[in-house]
Amino acid sequence: MRIAILALQGAFAEHQQMLRRTGTDSFLVRNADDWQQQKDGLIIPGGESTAMMRIINDGGLFEPVRNAIAGGLPVFGTCAGLIMLDKEHLGTMDITVKRNAYGRQLGSFHTVHEMRGIGEIPMTFIRAPYITAVGDSVEILAEIEGNIVAARQGCQIVTAFHPELNNDTRVHELFINSVINLRAK
Amino acid sequence: MENRTELNRNLAQMLKGGVIMDVTTPEQARIAEAAGACAVMALERIPADIRAAGGVSRMSDPKMIKGIQEAVTIPVMAKCRIGHFVEAQILEAIEIDYIDESEVLSPADDVYHIDKRKFDVPFVCGAKNLGEALRRINEGATMIRTKGEPGTGDVIQAVRHMRMIQSEIRRLVSMSEDELYEAAKQLRVPFDLVQYVHENGKLPVVNFAAGGVATPADAALMMQLGAEGVFVGSGIFKSGDPVKRAQAIVKAVTNYNNPKIIAELSENLGEAMVGINESEIELLMAERGK
Repeated sequence: MRIAILALQGAFAEHQQMLRRTGTDSFLVRNADDWQQQKDGLIIPGGESTAMMRIINDGGLFEPVRNAIAGGLPVFGTCAGLIMLDKEHLGTMDITVKRNAYGRQLGSFHTVHEMRGIGEIPMTFIRAPYITAVGDSVEILAEIEGNIVAARQGCQIVTAFHPELNNDTRVHELFINSVINLRAK
Repeated sequence: MENRTELNRNLAQMLKGGVIMDVTTPEQARIAEAAGACAVMALERIPADIRAAGGVSRMSDPKMIKGIQEAVTIPVMAKCRIGHFVEAQILEAIEIDYIDESEVLSPADDVYHIDKRKFDVPFVCGAKNLGEALRRINEGATMIRTKGEPGTGDVIQAVRHMRMIQSEIRRLVSMSEDELYEAAKQLRVPFDLVQYVHENGKLPVVNFAAGGVATPADAALMMQLGAEGVFVGSGIFKSGDPVKRAQAIVKAVTNYNNPKIIAELSENLGEAMVGINESEIELLMAERGK
């Protein structure tokens, strides 16, 4: 199995480190040439979604990435990665997102909370968004004070927090298992 | 507070691989954001103009900073003077995302830096060698940048500082455990920070390049030398075509190891900022705050 990590801007190295810890092979995608490589899944990391959108558009990556996800490529998006998948950006997930929902950096926080299918996990929110509305095909995986902070739609998993920043690989394992399950079909 | 330090280091991690641009108006901030900046630095005058104007340079008007906060959704940073903790308190009160305790402004204290651990908002500080970087981290900085020589368009000092920091890191990594105590003494930093660098081969916080970056090639050079992202001050809005140059530098930082892409990005950018050579500078800002 080989996972592509979108490395346009942000915390892509942290995701690569987490995958390494789970024994999963990965490679970084910075441009359309990198994207050509064979891949079984995609991670879109945290960072600034406006910066990523600018680079993904100008680098000729928008259409290929969107088509691959729409065609069933499993994807895991954290924070900005969650925003990238919403209806206003790549549009592959039926979710509506509020950006900077917790305000500026002074609103960033860390907590431990329940995530469906995993249990209690550490959650770090950095100038984070949350999901304000989901379509029928979207399963809510975690809610904090009524706000959706993790969700799944088919092979797409998103978290408003950053599992790559804590020493807990369980969300990455959840994603890897969904890739394995798909390959088994 | 331990938790805040971690959260503030985490925000810097989200800025990695990105370009932080100096802006002086909401309009420039919007241009920077649209070009793909991962954050903006709000200030009344860019370093090249501060250098030209001379005199005492202070924190920007909070009203001006607020205007920029309202104009964009990306993080907004602002500078306070070295040691001027009340300017920092003001910036915290307006909920700035990152404070740059900066040698670009006139220092307010020639002995003490701000006790940054007392603040909830994060601080980035300049450094020209490993000792300075670790001292700032010990004071609570959660992000480091090279000092470079701001407002010159000359990258030589940023290169020198980045090379110095990287080579000093390599030196610590190669030491035996019992040599680290003496190293800590020489660097004038706590042992645990020296030990961290020895074991991890890097600073415990994100390290950006800053000072004199003017072209996509400059930005890629700093990334290849080990920077995790780039600040561009005067280089963008002092150039002939700011929009195009800003976009090009953003993409050069993403593709810093791809000369073919950087070659394409470097075409037809218009005039770069004129720049001042190192030897022509009368005021060395990098010598402020050690």
